[in-house]
Amino acid sequence: MNMRKGIVGIVAILMVASLTVACSGKTKADNGKVTINFWHLDSNDLHYPEWEKIAAKFMEAHPNVDIKITVLENEAYKSKLATVMQSGNPPDIFRSWGGGVMNSYAESGLLKDITNEYKNKWDSKIGEGAVGVYSYKGKIYGLPYTMGGVGIWYNKDLLAKVGYTNPPETWKDFLDCVKKLKAAGITPIALGEGDKWPGHFWWVYLAVRLGGKEAFNKATIGNGSFNDETFVKAGELLQELIALKPFQEGFLAATYGGDQAALMGNGKAAMELMGQWAPAVEIGSSEDKKGLGDKLGFMSFPAVEGGKGKLTDLMGGGDGLVIGKNAPKEAVEFLKYITSVENEKFLTTGPLGIVPTAIGAETALTDPNLVAINKAVSAAAYFQLYYDQYLPPATGEVVKDATQGLFAGTMGPKEVAAAVDASYQAEKK
Amino acid sequence: MDVTTLAVTAKKGSSDHKAKATNRERALFYALLLPAFLLVTMFIIYPVVNTVFYSFYDWNGFGPLKNFVGLKNLRTLLRDPLFWNALRNNGIVIGFSIFVQLPIAFLLAILVSKSSSRPTIFFRTVFFLPYILSEIITGVIWRFIYHPQFGLLQQVFAKLAPDYSYTGFLADPKTVFIAILFVVFWKYFGFHMILYVAGLQGIPPEYYEAALIDGANPVQAFVYVTLPFMKNAIQMSLFFCIIGSLQVFDIIWSMGQGGPVHAAETAVVYLYKFGIKSSKMGFGSMVAIVIFVICLAFNVLYQRVINKEER
Repeated sequence: MNMRKGIVGIVAILMVASLTVACSGKTKADNGKVTINFWHLDSNDLHYPEWEKIAAKFMEAHPNVDIKITVLENEAYKSKLATVMQSGNPPDIFRSWGGGVMNSYAESGLLKDITNEYKNKWDSKIGEGAVGVYSYKGKIYGLPYTMGGVGIWYNKDLLAKVGYTNPPETWKDFLDCVKKLKAAGITPIALGEGDKWPGHFWWVYLAVRLGGKEAFNKATIGNGSFNDETFVKAGELLQELIALKPFQEGFLAATYGGDQAALMGNGKAAMELMGQWAPAVEIGSSEDKKGLGDKLGFMSFPAVEGGKGKLTDLMGGGDGLVIGKNAPKEAVEFLKYITSVENEKFLTTGPLGIVPTAIGAETALTDPNLVAINKAVSAAAYFQLYYDQYLPPATGEVVKDATQGLFAGTMGPKEVAAAVDASYQAEKK
Repeated sequence: MDVTTLAVTAKKGSSDHKAKATNRERALFYALLLPAFLLVTMFIIYPVVNTVFYSFYDWNGFGPLKNFVGLKNLRTLLRDPLFWNALRNNGIVIGFSIFVQLPIAFLLAILVSKSSSRPTIFFRTVFFLPYILSEIITGVIWRFIYHPQFGLLQQVFAKLAPDYSYTGFLADPKTVFIAILFVVFWKYFGFHMILYVAGLQGIPPEYYEAALIDGANPVQAFVYVTLPFMKNAIQMSLFFCIIGSLQVFDIIWSMGQGGPVHAAETAVVYLYKFGIKSSKMGFGSMVAIVIFVICLAFNVLYQRVINKEER
């Protein structure tokens, strides 16, 4: 009797996969309508209605289509998606960051190849680099509707208080600025390290500035490794920052949306390292739902003395949608609709505030920060996708875990590099 | 135990019948057995067998199984210090539950079982309430309570000890597990208390009267009357407590995913993180098998001890 309970408890997790198959249902509904299952993660109150609006417009134009939207919070989304993918029954159209995680789906035949449709039937054109992030072995599986970069977002007023009208441009100057903010009683940096991915940006960016494209390529496809000096040094530089205790109290358990973005949006912290979506999430998480407005500035990640990377090298990524293997052709049609110039303009000017990918939609950008990001993306000689999406999933998890160890002071720079390398060597194909 | 004795009598009954059992009766016997058999096979035996099968592969969860690795997953697992860290944390949950949670639940049970006056019933209900909450909701509520900027605890510290700077118990690898243990205690002590209350109320008052007449003091009455009568309840609560501690997951996950830096990871959290989140279903299956074997070993040991005592 009791043993049975024991077994059920343990295998329940493994069984969730098979149960989801039963629950997710398939395309043709009873009324003859084609159902499209659409999953995204813009769960903020201001953001999810945007997708509802686009879906409603599409259904109006295509009365035979019924779009079922599933919205999940970021971390929950990643978990649930991993589970349904393992069940072999992906949603018809769903949010993806491209890169290694998407490649592993494509490799297993869980995604639909839309190369043909995109090349011959698309209304809009998207930059080649951006499409490349959603391609695997020459085939296109989805498209980004926004593409941008990570950089430092700062509160102009708070920086001005400690004498910075222009943001610091070198790592040394950046550390000075942090010290001055701290001395003035201002929280220099907001960080949601409980989620781990916001912290891994710091380590990756330092590596990008230190070693540039060359170091990363050497470690991943060349004869080098993540034990190379670049990655150890990145940890050492990050330790210098951590030693200054620049983050809010309790940052190790804090979340991105609930804590980091809220601190910035409410003007309680001076800086954060985040991607192009930062202003939109800050607004959504702030108490007055207004955020910092034009008091918010953006700058690229500081240069590191003696680093081989260029200041124009950009780490970032896009948000895009990929098509599941069983999707009806209407789902591809829906993606075409979303990435049209008109709809990307709609998303650009609305609360989601995207940096659009469709060529011609960027004219809708009015926020100078986002215009700057848009320029940075096109000017980047080396565009590095976030490690947690680019590397194999298991290594991505190790990068995030290890950098959290650095932030908590339980791991040293060498251990972080060694942990990442050990996982990468075990996972690379 | 009751279940085993029942099974034994059932066996006897059927063997007496066997001689007379017609084919029709036998067909009926199997027909009635079939639904339960199918359910157990489909939802318990099949997944377990499948999991064993997967555990010998290097498999990311999608696509065909093609990379047979034998016992490599097991070797990796047993060499991973993080897994031992997780098991150690499970051990701490078990130790804490047995030596702190259960005694307190027992004491409270004694306090609230004696009468059925309104205040007693009120407290009985209040103590039991946390158990009714779902694990995830419990986790989310306590995350708020512990929050370093706007949590309840922060407010309390600010009022009572203004000099103490509260930085969030969940944010420090040294305190996070203790903070979670407290929530585990808060959530489950009521359940064990109710088990004990039921046991205590089942003790016929005559035994206490007899003990009193024989000159037993309250401590002696407790040791010689209460405890022996409570043996079954204690055994049962111990069993739930240990199996529950081995499987604890939801509360920990919702209070910070086992972090910071693995400080609050237990075996199932480890399974979820390094199996499912890392897209390593083969390895994850091996973790599941090891946890299963541990539970099984415990169960066998438990049955042995209980049966020996009953003989």
